Amino acid sequence: MTFLGLGDRAWLWLASACYLIAFVLGTVALLRDRRQSRLAMYAIVAAGFVLQTLGLYLRGRAVKGCPIGNTFEIFQFTAWSAISLYLVIGATFRLSLLGYFTSCLSAVLTVVSLGAPGWDATRRINAFGGTAWVELHAALALFSYGVFALLALTSGMYLLQTYSLKHKHLRGLFSFLPSILDLDHISVRLLLVGVVLMTWSLGIGAYHWLQDLASVDTPKLLTAGVWLAYCLVLILRLRSRLVAQRLAWVCVVLFVAALLSLGPVNASRHPVAPAVPPPAHKP
Amino acid sequence: MSAPTFFLLGASHHTAPLELREKLALAGDKLDALHGELRSLAGLQEFAVLNTCNRVEIYGVAAQPETVAHLQAALCALNQLDAAVFARIRLELRDRTALQHLLEVAAGIDSQMVGETEILGQVKDAYAAAQARGTTGPVLNRIFQKTFQAAKHVRTNTAIGEGQISVASVAVDLALKIFGDLRRCRVLVVGAGAIGEKTARAFKSRDVGEMAVASRNFQHAGELATTLAAQTVAFDRVAEALPHFDIAVCSTAAPVAIVTQAMAALAMRQRAVRPLFFIDLAMPRNIEPGVADLPNVFLYNLDDLAKVSAENLALRQAEMERVRSLLTEKADVLWRQVEPRLSGNHAAT
Repeated sequence: MTFLGLGDRAWLWLASACYLIAFVLGTVALLRDRRQSRLAMYAIVAAGFVLQTLGLYLRGRAVKGCPIGNTFEIFQFTAWSAISLYLVIGATFRLSLLGYFTSCLSAVLTVVSLGAPGWDATRRINAFGGTAWVELHAALALFSYGVFALLALTSGMYLLQTYSLKHKHLRGLFSFLPSILDLDHISVRLLLVGVVLMTWSLGIGAYHWLQDLASVDTPKLLTAGVWLAYCLVLILRLRSRLVAQRLAWVCVVLFVAALLSLGPVNASRHPVAPAVPPPAHKP
Repeated sequence: MSAPTFFLLGASHHTAPLELREKLALAGDKLDALHGELRSLAGLQEFAVLNTCNRVEIYGVAAQPETVAHLQAALCALNQLDAAVFARIRLELRDRTALQHLLEVAAGIDSQMVGETEILGQVKDAYAAAQARGTTGPVLNRIFQKTFQAAKHVRTNTAIGEGQISVASVAVDLALKIFGDLRRCRVLVVGAGAIGEKTARAFKSRDVGEMAVASRNFQHAGELATTLAAQTVAFDRVAEALPHFDIAVCSTAAPVAIVTQAMAALAMRQRAVRPLFFIDLAMPRNIEPGVADLPNVFLYNLDDLAKVSAENLALRQAEMERVRSLLTEKADVLWRQVEPRLSGNHAAT
């Protein structure tokens, strides 16, 4: 399936290019000790988002469902989720450098996924067997991973700002970081949104699992474990038991663990689903 | 008959020591008197007086070269300053050079504190006062309006105004990095000394939510609290009050630390989520250095603040050449616009 003669991967490459441009421009501005234009950053990332949405739409049409059927699509979808959230949060909370870090994360996720042909070697057509609820469950779960990706970014920014203030290194990148309290507030909101989305997703999943208890395997328990861990973090934060740097570190480590858990979860899904080789890649 | 010239006559911290600047300062009635004198000065077509603690500069349009000499005589007479003394400290510039100087003054690169913003407001006030007195005309109007645009341009496009350079402002800047919005912050000022008061005022000017003062001398605390519209806290209850404040500014003359690590740790147990920012302006220090090791606690002492201030100043100074070159371009363009107006004044006279 193509649009203007370009296939889904070509559109996704263009989206990656936008994220890369945003990242490079942001880096250049930081190296020159200049405040980057938030509007320009927002516009470039938004352009990338539109292109990525188009690419994922074409892929979705091709695979007849939500494009989260292989590792490539999962990485793309996670990056797309993080970007879509940034576009909302960036416009609402105007956190400086969040666009820069989000573009960096999305560039990494998308370029790595595009650069690993093995991840997109097999495409699952109708991977969810036409069950809309299961598809919604998977999409919500992945969207929550996008939220947690953004949470990991704000937590990383929190750690950088804390380091800067504790060690009295206030120039360069550090001088443009948002305040400690702003980062903490946004992190708590993201944690809450992520947990709610994942709870919703697992609620839908649990309904199906309960009908077929034999289908509950280790990867599913792994996903439930990720959910449980984030729930625990949220409870501890709301009770002021896990705060400041420790909270930030936990959010970063947890996201890395969650990302690593995606591999086994994806591999376990639809082991006998019909697979088709991808069409020849267009540049 | 020669064409009118745009000129600057005066003295600044670059040319005159403090004692002479004091003599030249045009306080109160003196400024009115000078305006009266200059209004009746033959050949002085337009003028504006910039009078700050660091400079007295008269910008104007003179019909003849000798007009400036008459103006100088009037200025010296008014200030009872010997003409020979004034000649040693005098700054006199003409046309394009005077224009470049005004641009540099307004942009803050001629200031004692490079990049400070107050000077632009003072130049605006000087121009507004001249306009109100009817002493400006087509040349000065054009020059001043374009000067304000140029100053704004360099501030936006260079790092000349980046970072604070006074200790009090640096402390406020750091608080902004921690809390973002100071309107919801509570500040405790421990010690009623001059530097503590200055810092407290800097916080007050940024609309902090609440402020309280604690001092061994309760009368001093009360007086400072009144001027800051703050509350007072008994000195021996500082430890007890600490968890209720976000920022603690300490500047007492106590020979030992008045805030210990244990005290701060106890405070943090009651306010784990919100950071606590300690500013130690005392010598010897009022706050145990170990406080900085606590999570979510930030401690800056006088040396730390001075270091940040020095870094900011160095950054501004590094930007000066870039600013000067931008202003040179602006001055070239503006001078091309002003020259015909000066000729116009000549034709009119």
